Amino acid sequence: MKDILQELEDRRTEARLGGGEKRIASQHAKGKLTARERIELLLDEDSFEEFDMFVAHRCTEFGMQDNRPKGDGVVTGWGTINGRMVYVFSQDFTVFGGSLSETHAQKICKIMDMAMQNGAPVIGINDSGGARIQEGVASLAGYAEVFQRNIMASGVIPQISVIMGPCAGGAVYSPAMTDFIFMVKDSSYMFVTGPDVVKTVTNEVVTAEELGGASTHTKKSSVADGAFENDVEALAEVRRLVDFLPLNNREKPPVRPFFDEPGRVEESLDTLIPDNPNTPYDMKELITKIADEGDFYEIQEDYAKNIITGFVRLEGQTVGVVANQPMVLAGCLDIDSSRKAARFVRFCDCFEIPILTLVDVPGFLPGTSQEYGGVIKHGAKLLFAYGEATVPKVTVITRKAYGGAYDVMASKHLRGDFNYAWPTAEIAVMGAKGATEILYRSELGDPEKIAARTQEYEDRFANPFVAAERGFIDEVIQPRSTRRRVSRAFASLRGKQLTNPWKKHDNIPL
Amino acid sequence: MFNKILIANRGEIACRVIKTARKMGIQTVALYSDADKAALHVQMADEAVHIGPPPANQSYIVIDKVMDAIRHTGAQAVHPGYGFLSENPKFAQALEAEGVAFVGPPVKAIEAMGDKITSKKIAQEAGVSTVPGYMGLIEDADEAVKISNEIGYPVMIKASAGGGGKGMRIAWNDEEAREGFQSSKNEAASSFGDDRIFIEKFVTQPRHIEIQVLADAHGNCVYLNERECSIQRRNQKVVEEAPSPFLDEATRKAMGEQSVALAQAVGYTSAGTVEFIVDGDRNFYFLEMNTRLQVEHPVTELITGVDLVEQMIRVANGEPLSITQDDVKINGWAIENRLYAEDPYRNFLPSIGRLTRYRPPAEGELGAGIVRNDTGVYEGGEISMYYDPMIAKLCTWAPTRAEAIEVMRNALDSFEVEGIGHNLPFLSAVMDHDRFTSGNMTTAFIAEEYPEGFEGVELGDADLRRIAAATAAMNRVAEIRRARISGRLDNHERHVGESWNVALQGQSYDVTIAADRDGSTVRFEDGAELRVSGDWTPGDQLATMDVDGAPLVLKVGKISGGFRIRSRGADLKVHVRTPRQAELARLMPEKLPPDTSKMLLCPMPGLIVKVDVEVGQEVQEGQALCTVEAMKMENILRAERKGVVSKINASAGDNLAVDEVIMEFE
Repeated sequence: MKDILQELEDRRTEARLGGGEKRIASQHAKGKLTARERIELLLDEDSFEEFDMFVAHRCTEFGMQDNRPKGDGVVTGWGTINGRMVYVFSQDFTVFGGSLSETHAQKICKIMDMAMQNGAPVIGINDSGGARIQEGVASLAGYAEVFQRNIMASGVIPQISVIMGPCAGGAVYSPAMTDFIFMVKDSSYMFVTGPDVVKTVTNEVVTAEELGGASTHTKKSSVADGAFENDVEALAEVRRLVDFLPLNNREKPPVRPFFDEPGRVEESLDTLIPDNPNTPYDMKELITKIADEGDFYEIQEDYAKNIITGFVRLEGQTVGVVANQPMVLAGCLDIDSSRKAARFVRFCDCFEIPILTLVDVPGFLPGTSQEYGGVIKHGAKLLFAYGEATVPKVTVITRKAYGGAYDVMASKHLRGDFNYAWPTAEIAVMGAKGATEILYRSELGDPEKIAARTQEYEDRFANPFVAAERGFIDEVIQPRSTRRRVSRAFASLRGKQLTNPWKKHDNIPL
Repeated sequence: MFNKILIANRGEIACRVIKTARKMGIQTVALYSDADKAALHVQMADEAVHIGPPPANQSYIVIDKVMDAIRHTGAQAVHPGYGFLSENPKFAQALEAEGVAFVGPPVKAIEAMGDKITSKKIAQEAGVSTVPGYMGLIEDADEAVKISNEIGYPVMIKASAGGGGKGMRIAWNDEEAREGFQSSKNEAASSFGDDRIFIEKFVTQPRHIEIQVLADAHGNCVYLNERECSIQRRNQKVVEEAPSPFLDEATRKAMGEQSVALAQAVGYTSAGTVEFIVDGDRNFYFLEMNTRLQVEHPVTELITGVDLVEQMIRVANGEPLSITQDDVKINGWAIENRLYAEDPYRNFLPSIGRLTRYRPPAEGELGAGIVRNDTGVYEGGEISMYYDPMIAKLCTWAPTRAEAIEVMRNALDSFEVEGIGHNLPFLSAVMDHDRFTSGNMTTAFIAEEYPEGFEGVELGDADLRRIAAATAAMNRVAEIRRARISGRLDNHERHVGESWNVALQGQSYDVTIAADRDGSTVRFEDGAELRVSGDWTPGDQLATMDVDGAPLVLKVGKISGGFRIRSRGADLKVHVRTPRQAELARLMPEKLPPDTSKMLLCPMPGLIVKVDVEVGQEVQEGQALCTVEAMKMENILRAERKGVVSKINASAGDNLAVDEVIMEFE
């Protein structure tokens, strides 16, 4: 009996070594942790329970039958993050370069199926050379099995991908369909075709880092939602994100004890809006002054900075924030910011996360590049996302809310629950100057008359009261009491019930 | 007594004057430019008058506009504060003509002392000890070089109308004399509208010690002892104290009596300050007389109990002084630290913007002493580029110098300022510096002790352990809260452990925490224990802790996996991890910041006045590359090392943001 117990331990020890000491050292030398070390950092201490530790591939081509390492290049199982259940897979680059075989895929599929059944998020740690070429189409089939599960799980359980090494070719499409992708700077990259193929086909010379590094995907392509300095930081931040998210779409988002007065008054917000309507200010100050403990988890921080998306807590409860950023492009909506915010709004709606929208938007960005790029349909994505969202929606207009962009930004007309405005708000079809130039075209030659007309327009429309008179604004509030008002609004909406008409699914302008 | 007084100033000094006026039952009128609409002095005053666009030379120092405001509000007296019109005889004359009392000295005294050359002559005649120098006006750079050689280097080149370090340069050789003459002249012209320059001997190893005098219109004059202002940067005072740790009673008396003699020689009334340079042998030389309330007057008030603003107002009202020289005593010790909107990590360059957070320590008793904070700003206010970057004067008083310093350290630790760069960490560093605490400083203190600028303080093991213990305990609170999130798997909750690793400033401490109802005992690997208590909860930006019976105040920010901690001039990233996390974190590669050594970055938001080099030119270490003007100061940016200019991205007239690349080198 003792021997048998010992044999189990021996087998486990062997499996835990993955590709062996030498490859582990090489992984460390690249500044990367091993698959198991990453899981240790992701999960609560000693909470990981592994599945399929002894699974090995069944390939017999190219002499593969002689090399059948335990686990087959991926570590799978479940554990807890601050006591809440999550499923995890972590590709082991020390075993066949983390390449995906049929059995490797099956291991991933198994925990995804369990996650769906038991209602817990899946976190995938990607560090893989791609398909296991020796297995041919079986490997491709494996990818597709994973893809199908990603699709079915979308909107049911949160799916988070952490790219901690190469992720190329077909492999990218699994992360692409998850809710969030995080990357590690300098040691991860993602692309459909690598630099060699790019060179052969297009003669373009580009490094892997330039083509698909963390900087590229967080700043240019928006494929990734965030990038971190190293594995340790990335995994700590994923833990932090999970604390904001519900385990599945049947549950409410988590609540955490909080140490911040919901009625906290921030007098400094009374002076946040500069005297000059064209002077920018930092909307993030408002976000952190509203949030519990000033804690803000930003999503896509480096992309389309004219809109800010991320999570805060109010009275310990998760709230998604969408806010125009006057510091960048005057906070206007454009193709990139509309897409970024639309996807965020839909994520929140999937998982019952209430949405706080902070509005200072002068309109949509004009220009051929926008129109040729299809700003009509991209802008409509955000409009659509807000309109279909049934979660509690609270909106605060701080300054400009002009034209169609006013409608888009969670206006009353899109089933906004609480639509507040600061006294500095200007809700109008457009700014006074533009409006006068259209309304009084015949007087354009006379600067004095136009100035008087502009003033007249400003006096009449550059305020929140015209909208408030119609009930489009529920209440004009003091900036200093924004946290209190918004917290109370969300508190009152905890029982909100609203359902859209039955449909197979909608047809959002993709 | 006057019914209504107008304060022809802004910022903290306007607020300071308003406080006393209110105490005396006098109504107050504030002035404000477009940039100051929402300023604190405007909020505090009973009335406020708009006076024009932001630049001072279009608002606060336009005499006609101030006169209009006086007429409009019916103010009977004007307090000019310091700077602006405070030493402008034309303004005093205009007031006289209008029959409005000037809370300051007579026109004649301002004129006599306002010109550094005339004042020196008068001082000599009054028997005041003076520094050798050239008293005449200097025409051009060649003459400046000639005179400098006659006096002997080093020399000080100064704007005749100057003050506060503006238009002032030290030259050690001909080249510097030539360059300093030109830039002093330019600065003097733009700051004071008066480009007259003079040159004098630069006294080495000097201390700056000044005497406060107070005179009435009835021939009474007293000196309220000295203030030492040796901690200066580019002749801009940073730390002042009263009394001076250097003076003996005899020197104090001699300086005081000479000061009184000078004041009487010019028929002085009101508060005034006679500035001296004192060398290592306690020889003192007259520098100048400031015919106004001095920025650092609070330290004198704290040790003498005299409200100088009140005395000035009473004197202006014709009252005789109620104190005699015998009534003036030195009670305890007072220190002032000037909080500047200047980034010490960027060579003290001015920083402007919104004060997203501004929480000074509470005024009143703290530890063994008291705290006073004279300020003109508030949280949510704006630091504009148009005015002096000083935003507060934090003063402490205690029975002894050592205690006053200790109170100051704690007050600085709990002073929260965010949104702009500021010198709080630098002030903390000075308060902990041996040369300051021993009292053995000169006006070269900052230049000598921080020749490469300020890069933060390296804390010793004992301080690091205290911070490590405190943050370990704080982290435990944060981790336990994390583990109390809803939706946990019942009976499988996360257990927050007792063993942690704290990494900070390149050090790593393994600790175990034993928590009880009143706090935690943090045990280090070597068996040492620290007892930590405090009511910090996650999100608090100020942690007021007690570590082994001594207070520890930390400014707490968020970083991944730990805290950003600011304390005692240090700015630390503190990572608190489990032993296993720490082990894995040690495997992570250290990432170096991008190499900017071959670039010239714009150190502050400002205007490029001129570019001195061109592409392909070889430059020597110390060679002027370009001049950036910010906050009315011309800053010459110099080559850090020999090199060849490969690219120039900016030209004269460009407005640059901080860290924009001005030029690159091969």
